Amino acid sequence: MELKDFINNFASIFEETSADSIHADTVYSELEEWDSVMVLSLISMIDQEYDAVVDVDEMNETRTVEDLFNYVKSLTE
Amino acid sequence: MKKAFIKYVAYCLPDKVVTNEAIVNDFPEWSVEKITEKVGVNQRHVAAEDETATDLAEKAAIKLIEENNIDKEIIDFVILCTQSPDYFLPTSACLLQTRLGLRQDIGAFDFNLGCSGYVYGLSIAKGLIAGGIAENVLLLTAETYNKYLHPKDKGNRTIFGDAASATLVSVDGEAEVLDFALGTNGKGANNLIVKSGASRLPEKQNDLLFDKNGNPVSSDHLFMNGAQIFAFTQRNVPKVINEVLEKNNLAKEDIDMFVLHQANRYMLDFLRNKMDIPEDKFYIFMENVGNTVSNSIPLCLVEAHKENRLKGNVLLCGFGVGYSWGAVILKM
Repeated sequence: MELKDFINNFASIFEETSADSIHADTVYSELEEWDSVMVLSLISMIDQEYDAVVDVDEMNETRTVEDLFNYVKSLTE
Repeated sequence: MKKAFIKYVAYCLPDKVVTNEAIVNDFPEWSVEKITEKVGVNQRHVAAEDETATDLAEKAAIKLIEENNIDKEIIDFVILCTQSPDYFLPTSACLLQTRLGLRQDIGAFDFNLGCSGYVYGLSIAKGLIAGGIAENVLLLTAETYNKYLHPKDKGNRTIFGDAASATLVSVDGEAEVLDFALGTNGKGANNLIVKSGASRLPEKQNDLLFDKNGNPVSSDHLFMNGAQIFAFTQRNVPKVINEVLEKNNLAKEDIDMFVLHQANRYMLDFLRNKMDIPEDKFYIFMENVGNTVSNSIPLCLVEAHKENRLKGNVLLCGFGVGYSWGAVILKM
């Protein structure tokens, strides 16, 4: 599981936010497009791309895209 | 042991319609297209202020009886699934026995479940029939979640619609009710809840606050943690569907139609993809009614039946508040 691919997959769930504005250190909940519906898109993406089922409380503790990557990676190991 | 069958199904919707255009008026930051795309609902029916779930249940039952020329005398049990009873006591099913002019030597009770309720209702009705306790069970579902919603709760106001349904479960009929797989996990209670107004918190809490997305959170209204409910569904729905297939010695390919609780379009598409079910075997009926809680599956059955799309093995699956979930297979 590569960080670069994860960032691309993460960026793909957004409609209005450009992929260029999403980096490893982006605090994703501060992105303007981020809302409660985006969380559902994120859970689906993680399920489809990584075959992983998240624990929502644990996932909510992540701040940056890289934190999120590390969390998903921990689920797949 | 007697077999149980679904003989007839009917439903009723309140007259008042709330369109996406009307919702967007209250929430200018949303667009009609966004609601349609994300939630898959264009309009929903909402009970009038003086119209209760019991009133809707009565209408659905009358419709069922009239449409199918059912002799009321044959009905020997009434069960009503609702989380919106008229009173704490008595049970609404007793009121309905009288309002519908049913016999007095019959049983009647309510049971409190949400989106899993129809499947549980079928399991109770089947049990009553198999046990020789009743032969013609009137299974009613009726829900008015809109009464529990905060006016500023745009998410839930777009999703939920009010409705009622009536099913006659009998010793003969068109669809045999086969084996069930059921599930419960009370750990999820706080993720879909109306906290105040009953015994634990009898007084209104007046604790309204708005979360970081601007959604109201209040003990006095329905609260749903969408992400948690989504994750619950992702964990449990594919699992219970596999369990019910196993119990009935069937494979996924043997199912001619999947009828899942119509939670929202996004979740249904996700589940269909995850379980790799072809689109033509996955019934969807929510565009003009919304998520009608325990009514969504019987509404689908009526509509799919009209379209002549119920053949062979039909799998029903309900899931939600509790957490509570369940699945059953009907043999047409």
